[in-house]
Amino acid sequence: MATKKAMLIDLTLCVGCNACQDACKIENKLPEGEEHELSSTAYTALNEYNGVYVRRMCQHCVDPTCASVCPVGAFTKTPEGPVLYDESKCIGCRYCMQACPFQVPRYQWTSTYPKVMKCKFCAERQAQGLQPACAEACPTGATTYGNRDELVREAYDRIKAEPEKYVNKVYGVEEVGGTSILYLSSVPFEQLGFKTNLQSTALPMLTWNVLSKIPNVVTVGGVMLYGIWWITNRRKEVEEYEKKQQELERRGNGNNH
Amino acid sequence: MQNILSRLSVWKVIAILILASGAVAAYVRVTQGLGASTNMNDSFPWGLWIGFDVLCGVGLAAGGFTVAAIVYIFNIKRFEPIVRPTILTAFMGYLLVIVGLMFDLGRPFQIWHAIIMWNPRSVMFEVAWCVMLYTTVLALEFSPVVLEKFKMKKTMHVIHKVSVPLIIIGVLLSTLHQSSLGSLFLIVPEKLHGLWYSPYLPVFFYVSAIAVGCAMVIFESFLSSRAFKKGLEMNLLTEIGRVSVVMLAIYTTMKIVDLLDRHALSLLFQPTPETYFYWLEISVGVLLPMVLLSIRKIREHQTGLFASATMMIIGFILNRMNVSITGMEGWAGKSYFPSWMELAITASIVTAGFITFYYAAKYLPIYNHEQHEPAKKELHPYVEDLLSVSQQAN
Ligand code: SF4
Ligand code: SF4
Repeated sequence: MATKKAMLIDLTLCVGCNACQDACKIENKLPEGEEHELSSTAYTALNEYNGVYVRRMCQHCVDPTCASVCPVGAFTKTPEGPVLYDESKCIGCRYCMQACPFQVPRYQWTSTYPKVMKCKFCAERQAQGLQPACAEACPTGATTYGNRDELVREAYDRIKAEPEKYVNKVYGVEEVGGTSILYLSSVPFEQLGFKTNLQSTALPMLTWNVLSKIPNVVTVGGVMLYGIWWITNRRKEVEEYEKKQQELERRGNGNNH
Repeated sequence: MQNILSRLSVWKVIAILILASGAVAAYVRVTQGLGASTNMNDSFPWGLWIGFDVLCGVGLAAGGFTVAAIVYIFNIKRFEPIVRPTILTAFMGYLLVIVGLMFDLGRPFQIWHAIIMWNPRSVMFEVAWCVMLYTTVLALEFSPVVLEKFKMKKTMHVIHKVSVPLIIIGVLLSTLHQSSLGSLFLIVPEKLHGLWYSPYLPVFFYVSAIAVGCAMVIFESFLSSRAFKKGLEMNLLTEIGRVSVVMLAIYTTMKIVDLLDRHALSLLFQPTPETYFYWLEISVGVLLPMVLLSIRKIREHQTGLFASATMMIIGFILNRMNVSITGMEGWAGKSYFPSWMELAITASIVTAGFITFYYAAKYLPIYNHEQHEPAKKELHPYVEDLLSVSQQAN
């Protein structure tokens, strides 16, 4: 089995230099220029909350909602971690955007043949044994890349070492079943625009619970409907038959007279 | 006479204006993309076209399978005269969905991908298949009308032979489709406002669709009785009104139980816009018509029945818009209102639906199939049955 890769983003180390976004834009050939929101031209962006910089990007969920909702399977979760989008399949229903719990996918609204845009976790670079462009560019070590197990351990170690500095939570360990991007912070996450009301199990189960019942609905429903039809139809036939019998009898009696 | 003529032309002028603005909007949509033509954005990836065209189009078509089931599965043949108009209505509903989707999808000409690129874990995949299959079933269910018109008896026999399985498949597909539109929103528990998000969304969508299907039958009967100056099957419609009371009562009970279950009752009394919209939806679409229709005098009165049905339809539309738009605004932190182009395209599709319905009803044997009665001897018993019932009704 492939080892799961991850990135640990320690917000206490981020100085807001924007090197990650610059590197990302070069790597993904996106138009230059600083942006402070994810967009169809920014796969990552820094938000500032009273001096704390928060880097947003696709979380590369362990069980990604986007991959489960796409009708044509345009998203795939690779065993190593990256969640990849195949534009040639996409029909543009934008269910992925509606469903992503982190509101990550962006759309090329101005295009007449639009794509969904989001971070690729530099899958090609990873395949070559390189680290993602943003992690490489980060001058302070705020973004580090590695194996997920090790980074989770590292994150808890940092909290243990400096409990008065960090809030006691590693964001991304259990959110919607876990993500490949982990965060450490000194400020409660809800004050930094993180969604803290997410459930700890993967969202796709919510719909799968219903979808998996379809075969039952179809077979039980089909048999039931057929049964009802059979009964009501039979009843009608019997009625008609009896009517005819009576008619015949009446005629028979008439002939006798 | 003059009066009627001028009134007719007023409607014509309105229709032409709507269609013309729709054409302009369609041009902008096709040449400049979704951003230029709609108010959708990254926070609001779904707007009017999903909320109204798709969610309501499918829902308002629910009369089709309900009445088909009543007549052919439960064999309650006295409802037969309304089968054809309801199936035609359902057809128009699906037309709204399909044309609406062609505008809404970012890459509409790749819509066929859903046929070969499967993802059974996706509700949208189920929705796509339901749209395709049920539209086919509706076409087959409707085909006897066209075949009868052109006296193609052989094909008609074939259709008749498979009619019961066809109806059963239609009912099953509709059940899946109506509920799956609710399931679409199961995946956004943290985004959709607590008044609407519920694990029972698929069931709510299904039950409310049956109720509004009944309302659509009543609504459509009234409009066509005026358009074609024909009588109303008041006794049938009154009965349908009664069925919808039962459906509304089931719906209300389930809604209350669900709110209790989720300890969300307090949400009903918080002074937020969501609460107001919720109450508007529930009172106009559910509570009022339920009370009105359970009063016999109102149910048996033309205006009372028509008004209640209209309220149910408005409430239903409100519900679908609330789930897809109002209920999402809080989470998105932004509000959404459709652009004039979104409205123009939707209005144009609806107008086109009305026009199609009018001409179909005028030239095809929808209401008065005895006029097209072929020679008696060659008739299949099914057709005979159809004819005799419709004659009785007239
Ligand atoms: S964050 Fe959103 S887009 Fe990224 S993998 Fe998770 S569900 Fe998909
Ligand atoms: S917009 Fe494209 S990628 Fe997103 S769910 Fe729809 S088809 Fe899939």
